[in-house]
Order: sequence, then C-alpha cells, then structure tokens
Amino acid sequence: MKKVYRIENLDCAHCAAKMEQAIGKLDGVESVSISFLTQKLILNTEESKLEQILTEAEKICKKIEPDCAIKR
Amino acid sequence: MNKKRKKLLIRILISVALFVICMLLQDQTTPYLLLVSYLIAGGDVLFCAIRNLFRGQVFDEKILMAIATVGAVLLQEFPEAVFVMVFYQVGELFQSYAVEKSRNSIAQLMALAPDSAWIEEQGTLNEVCPEKIEIGQIVVVKPGEKIPVDGVVEFGNSCLDMAALTGEALPRDVAVGDEVISGCINLKGVLKIRASKEFSDSMVSKILELVENAVSTKAKTEQFITRFSRWYTPVVVAFAVFLAMLPPLFGWGALGMWCHRALNFLVVSCPCALVISVPLSFFGGIGKASRQGILIKGSQFVEVLERVTTVVFDKTGTLTKGCFSVVQIKSNDPEETLRLAAIAESASNHPIAQSLRQAYGKEIPTVSQAEELAGFGIKAIIEGKEVLAGNQRLMEQYGIPTQDCEGVGTRVFVAVNGVFYGVILIADQLKEQAVTAVEQLKKQGVSRIMLCTGDEETTTKEIAKCLKIEEMYAQLLPQDKVSLMRGILESEQKGSVLFSGDGINDAPVLALADVGVAMGALGSDAAIEAADVVLMDDNPEKIPQAICIAKKTMGIVRQNIGFALGIKLTVLLLSAFGITGMWEAVFADVGVSVLAICNAMRTLYGKK
Repeated sequence: MKKVYRIENLDCAHCAAKMEQAIGKLDGVESVSISFLTQKLILNTEESKLEQILTEAEKICKKIEPDCAIKR
Repeated sequence: MNKKRKKLLIRILISVALFVICMLLQDQTTPYLLLVSYLIAGGDVLFCAIRNLFRGQVFDEKILMAIATVGAVLLQEFPEAVFVMVFYQVGELFQSYAVEKSRNSIAQLMALAPDSAWIEEQGTLNEVCPEKIEIGQIVVVKPGEKIPVDGVVEFGNSCLDMAALTGEALPRDVAVGDEVISGCINLKGVLKIRASKEFSDSMVSKILELVENAVSTKAKTEQFITRFSRWYTPVVVAFAVFLAMLPPLFGWGALGMWCHRALNFLVVSCPCALVISVPLSFFGGIGKASRQGILIKGSQFVEVLERVTTVVFDKTGTLTKGCFSVVQIKSNDPEETLRLAAIAESASNHPIAQSLRQAYGKEIPTVSQAEELAGFGIKAIIEGKEVLAGNQRLMEQYGIPTQDCEGVGTRVFVAVNGVFYGVILIADQLKEQAVTAVEQLKKQGVSRIMLCTGDEETTTKEIAKCLKIEEMYAQLLPQDKVSLMRGILESEQKGSVLFSGDGINDAPVLALADVGVAMGALGSDAAIEAADVVLMDDNPEKIPQAICIAKKTMGIVRQNIGFALGIKLTVLLLSAFGITGMWEAVFADVGVSVLAICNAMRTLYGKK
C-alpha cells in the first residue's frame, strides 16, 4: 500500500537521504522515498504494520533532524 | 524571507561588523571580540552539534563544522574560525532561500486548481471548495476564473486559456454542449458547467498527482549520489584523523600543523552540494517540461529520454490528425463540385460525408430526393439536376468516363446529368508539426525513426515519404506492434527506444518501450496510466522538445557532479599538503553548494 505524507521542517537534503535509508530498513517497509524538494515521504508498506512503521519513522526523523515532523 | 532566516541574517551581519572592527583595531581585546563574533555567528551550530552528538549522529554536517571551527579556535586561529562560520551560515541561508524559491516556483506552476468554486442551487450562487462539488451540479465560472471540475457547458460561450495544461498559447472556443476540462482559465463570458466528474477524478487532480509523484521514483544518478554521500563523509573524516595522527608520529612536523590541515578536511566533508543540486536539477527539468505540457512521470525517464536513439511512431492520431478532411479537388469548378457533393451527402453520417460538409462550411439545403447506393455512393436530385457522388465503381456503373487526381486517400467522384464534373480527394492529414518534429529528432541524433500502423500499406508509404521516414510497418494488429517492439528493444544495444502513440489501442506498447509517450492525453485515463511521458496536447514537436529538456537537464546534472567533486577533491589534496587553508575549504563546501544550486536552477528558468 502506497501512502504519501508531508514532512515538516525538513531543512537538510543530506538528512533526508539518511532518513530514507534508515526508514527503508524498518520491518514491513517495501520501499520508501523522501523528496527533499517536495517535502514528501512516500511509503510503500504492508497495511497492517503502517501505524507502527509511521511511529518508528517519526522517531528516526526526529533523531536526525529534531525539528522535523511527519504530518499525518 | 521568513523569520528564521531574518534572524540568521541579522546575526551574520552583527558578527561580520564585529569581525571588521576587530581587524581594524588589532589590540589585546581582539581575540576575545573575535570569539564573541564567532559565537554570535555560530552559536546555534554549536548547540545543534552537541545535541546531535548525544543522539548518536556522528557524521552530521553541523558537528563536523563545529569540530573544525572549535579546532581553529584552539589553534588560536580566531579570524579563520569566524570566517568559516560566517561563510557557512551565509551558505545555509542562501541554500534554504534558493530551495524555497524553486519549491515555490514549482508550486506556482502547479497552481492549476482554483481555491474555491461557485455553485448554482435554486437560483442562488454559493461559494464552495472544489472538493465538495458533486456530479450533476451546476458550476458557475466567471471570466478570469479557473474551471474547478471537468464537465459539460450548459450555458454561455467563451474561450478558454489552456496554457497551464497544454502549453498551447492559443485559446480554445467553447459553446453549449462542449466538454471542458478543469484547470483551464475562462477568458470571456460567464460559463455554467454541469459537473461530470468529482474534483478528485478531474483532470487537475490527476495531473497534480502525476507531477507530485514524479520525484518519488529516483533516477539512477540520484541513487548513485545518495549512495556516494553515505560513504563520502566517513571516508573524508577518516582521512582527516589519519592526517592529524600519522605524520606527527613519524616525526614529519608539528602536531598543530597537521591538525590544522586535518580540520580543513572536516570542512569539506559535507556532500551537500551534490545531494541538493542533483535532485534539484531533475526537479527543475520536470517542472520546466510540465510548463510546456509535457508531463514526465519520474526523474529516471529524464535519463532515458536523454539517450533516445530509436523513435517509433504510431501513425493515426500521432503524426496524422486522425480525422478525414478534403485535401484536393480536381475540377473546372472546385467550389461547385464541393457544394454538390456536400448537398448530396447531407443525409449521411459517414466520416467522409462529415468531412465534405466541414470543408464546404456553409449551410446546406436539405435534399428531397436522395438515394444511397450502398457500397457505391449517393444519387440525388439537386436543383433539378441528377447528381451522382461516389466511388470509381459508381461512375463505371453509369458508364461515365472520369479523370483521376494524384495523391493517396479516398476519392469522391461527382457527376452531373451523366457527365463527369470533378473529383474530391479526402485523406487523413498530417499534423502541421509532424515534419519538423521528425527533422528535429534527426538533428538530435536519433538514428532510427520508424512508423508503425494498422493502416494499409499505400497510405503509410505516402506518409512515410512526406516525413522522410525510411522504416515503416503497415497493417499491424495490436499484438503485432507488441512483438515488433520486442524485436526493436532487443536489437537496440546502446540507446533507448521511445514509442509514441495516442494510447487508445497501443497501451501495451507504450508500457513496453523504454519510454512511452502518450499524446493528446487530455481526457484519456488509459494513456496516462500506461505512458511514462504524457503530452497534454497532440503536438508531435513536443517529443524533440522533451528530449531537448532531458539533454539539458542531464548536462547540468553532470556539470554539477563534476564541478562539486572536482573542487572538493582538489581542495582536499591541496590542503593535505598545506597549500590551501580553511578559507578555500569553506568555499569548497558552501560556495560550491551555492554555485551548484544556481546552476541547477537553470533547468527551470533557462530559455530553451
């Protein structure tokens, strides 16, 4: 299932790449893409694990860029 | 400029002012004042660095910058520390400004949908948001407003500016009964439109979704840069550590000197210039193309488009107009011939009859006596004369000798009172831009151009000759096209294969080709789904245009990669030998970033 979320306060392109890499390693994530330019997170996941993955993803983003938040 | 940036700018200015004063004064207080200046400029960087360090982010840009400048302070190089910090912040400021600017310009480009719409209910006008419009409701669009949802005109006539959708500058006239597409701007009169689709199914939503998702699939170059950046920073930092430790161990100079050189490495260790500028270039290229009515579905197709060496065209609807029209009349009185034929065929709904009426263009009196001779033509009594209009066999049947005309197409022979009067040639016409499109493709280095069609051989040959296309395949069934494309794909080793069709019956071929270009896709969902590139109007010249944009975009991408890596590696090498200092290093970091971003923006703003 493909879902698109907006990421707020994403200020650094390198960080976006790091987030993308880390989220891609989460269990249940089939593919992930973060566009620094459109500030979008495009997640392709197993539907049942979506909530859990989002929480994890949010943690990862916060760790890399503390101000950043995924808008659901 | 937002608040955050204003604050940063003020801090930079104060810091620079203090720096200048220090440089002019040059007394005992100088180091302290410089330290203050450094903290004003880079306080937040130090703070973030410490915070990120506790979160376990070792190779963070801010941490590296902090280590480098703190190192400079410890080595008593105060002016250097201040300068690096100020320059870094200026770069960050500019970078965020430039990215925001290009984000906005793309957003503007995509501002196709109106924010609100007017709905007429029981004689009163209500303002609603476009998402709330239901199928069947009457939407009122005033001059200057955008059409919110797809629908049919119920009242009024006007012309529509479709430039935002198709890149076509010429407005289109619409009247009652015409279908209209959301995103067009109403130029003249008030239009009342019956909504035939909801907002989420309307053209605007589809286009927006397509373009917004275009950046989600990353090009190979982008993937390479991401992978590269993952290794670049740790490697450079490792080199810095070796540089600081090893030479002094072997007694090749003082520890301070080598530490100083190692700090330069840290300054250059952020791959930002690449990580931002490469996607930005693709983004700009895709944005630029969509402004011209060329929707590219992902940045990887920009790469594929650049390498196109084979172009396969479908004929009908792609290179030709896909509708019949009168191309030639051979007679002593062409106008009368056309008039008689149009009147004779006035009752028929056959495409040929339609094209005759269209060519005549004036009002046609009804014929009282007309007899359709199936497979031959029509026999009618017009103004007391017996008029025959039909094919060669009809003339033969009545024993009327005829003259023929040159050219390929369907002929309508006209005879009056048993005497040949004239012949009208009707054919599917080439689009005006088809010839130039093929010429431009050849100029762009496309070595193989092919025509493939389900149409008969003679017509196809004629068309291929007009367009100077050497290779053609006629009378193909849809499955033949697929196997033909398979063969082409196998034989093409280096470049990529582009297929262009109208998407109606060639969706499988569109999907199979390296890059499938659907043409005139306004309104056709199947084509939008199957194609990689969607042309909003049906102008074949958009294909060379798309290739041109792709080439330019890829050129800029390569320039940026070469330039950024070149400068960084040079500065790394030179600073290892102590030839360049931290001033050059910070240029290699921030300066290069800024220049690469400026270069990337050219894809969006460049003329051609």
